[in-house]
Amino acid sequence: MVTILFFGSLTDTTAVNELMMDAIADTEQLQVLLHEKFPALQSAKYFIALNQQMIQEKTVLQNGDTVALMPPFSGG
Amino acid sequence: MKANERYIRQMILPGFGTKAQEKLRVAKVLIVGMGGLGCPALQYLVGAGVAEIGIMDADRISMSNLHRQLLFTENEIGEYKVTIAAAKMILLDPELSINLYPFALTNQNALEIFCSYDVIIDGTDNFTAKYIINDACVLLQKPFVYGAVSRYEGQVTVFNTPVTTGRSLNYRDLFPLPPSPGEIQSCEETGVLGALPGIIGAMQAAEAIKLITGIGNTLYGRLYNYDLLHASSYEIKLSQHPQNVLIDRNTFEAMDYAFTCDDEDDIPEVNVAEFHKLVQHPNVFVLDVRERHEYPKIDFSDAQIPMSELQTSMSDIPEKEICIICHQGIRSIYAAQLIKARRKLPVYSLKGGLTAYFNQQST
Repeated sequence: MVTILFFGSLTDTTAVNELMMDAIADTEQLQVLLHEKFPALQSAKYFIALNQQMIQEKTVLQNGDTVALMPPFSGG
Repeated sequence: MKANERYIRQMILPGFGTKAQEKLRVAKVLIVGMGGLGCPALQYLVGAGVAEIGIMDADRISMSNLHRQLLFTENEIGEYKVTIAAAKMILLDPELSINLYPFALTNQNALEIFCSYDVIIDGTDNFTAKYIINDACVLLQKPFVYGAVSRYEGQVTVFNTPVTTGRSLNYRDLFPLPPSPGEIQSCEETGVLGALPGIIGAMQAAEAIKLITGIGNTLYGRLYNYDLLHASSYEIKLSQHPQNVLIDRNTFEAMDYAFTCDDEDDIPEVNVAEFHKLVQHPNVFVLDVRERHEYPKIDFSDAQIPMSELQTSMSDIPEKEICIICHQGIRSIYAAQLIKARRKLPVYSLKGGLTAYFNQQST
């Protein structure tokens, strides 16, 4: 099981802050699945953090991992 | 003696003392944006004894500011935020030295203003300002305290502090490129609970105090995310982004930072139908701000002053209502802001630019 956290304006698209998903090989596959589930995410800007560490490349996911999708914030 | 009495409650803190107080006494901090984040940051920094503070904001106080910008009161609506904020801070500490910048931050004025300060605080509410602050601080090697809110969440971190090896992290490590025009919904015109920027702005002041005095650890390298609704926080360790390319001064000054929708500055956008009506008025001057090499040439503008020449050609613009056009309707908003900053007359921007105009013509 992998926990996915959505922050800021992304929750407008997902309507939830948190999601659990099963049997996902890596972060790339996770993105494909999320984009299928929430098509508006495809055009959204965000970075990915795995277990609270920002990542730049495709990374293998393990049971118990937490993936965060963080969009830019601009309100003040 | 008076100073000792004023700051006694923080000077007796373990690890603070006269040494940290002395560092605050010679520190210079610039706060960009005097809104929900900037107001509390300013109050706590003045309270703590920062000797010299610059405050920058082009806006005047409006009714909808009052629920979160608690420095301002109803009888001050219509006044410049920086003027009122400064007057109140002088009451708090008559020895404070405060510099006012009642205009918007641009890539033309940023370097000159920033270079007089030790720490910059980002209290802005739009991507244009956030990227200008970031890039100017990177160019000048100044640390800056980033803060922003979205819905019920707020975030804080510190960027661009001196590092012993490699380069320092900055905002472009999170998002190397600003949102494209198609992502304009990223502008935050959404609601905000006043206490949230209050919390984040106060945290920004705390981070600035740590940067100046050297006490504790700053949030450098960590993005702190606070969720007000669930009273929880989430921290993300940041790393360098391979596509974050450092820019030089010339690129910085030539770059078009007008990639955001303009929430606060309120440039009215007219659609093609409204544009046709508007230009019927003899008092409306149609200004094309495209560069000279751009096509198609048009016959319905009153003048063409390319964006790159606008700042120096302001005197060529007549004292009329101005409707600005460009290719996509983005530069025209930026141009409208520049003109509006210097003129009292109404300035409009053609929504979607000439692309929208010609699309309409062909249907």
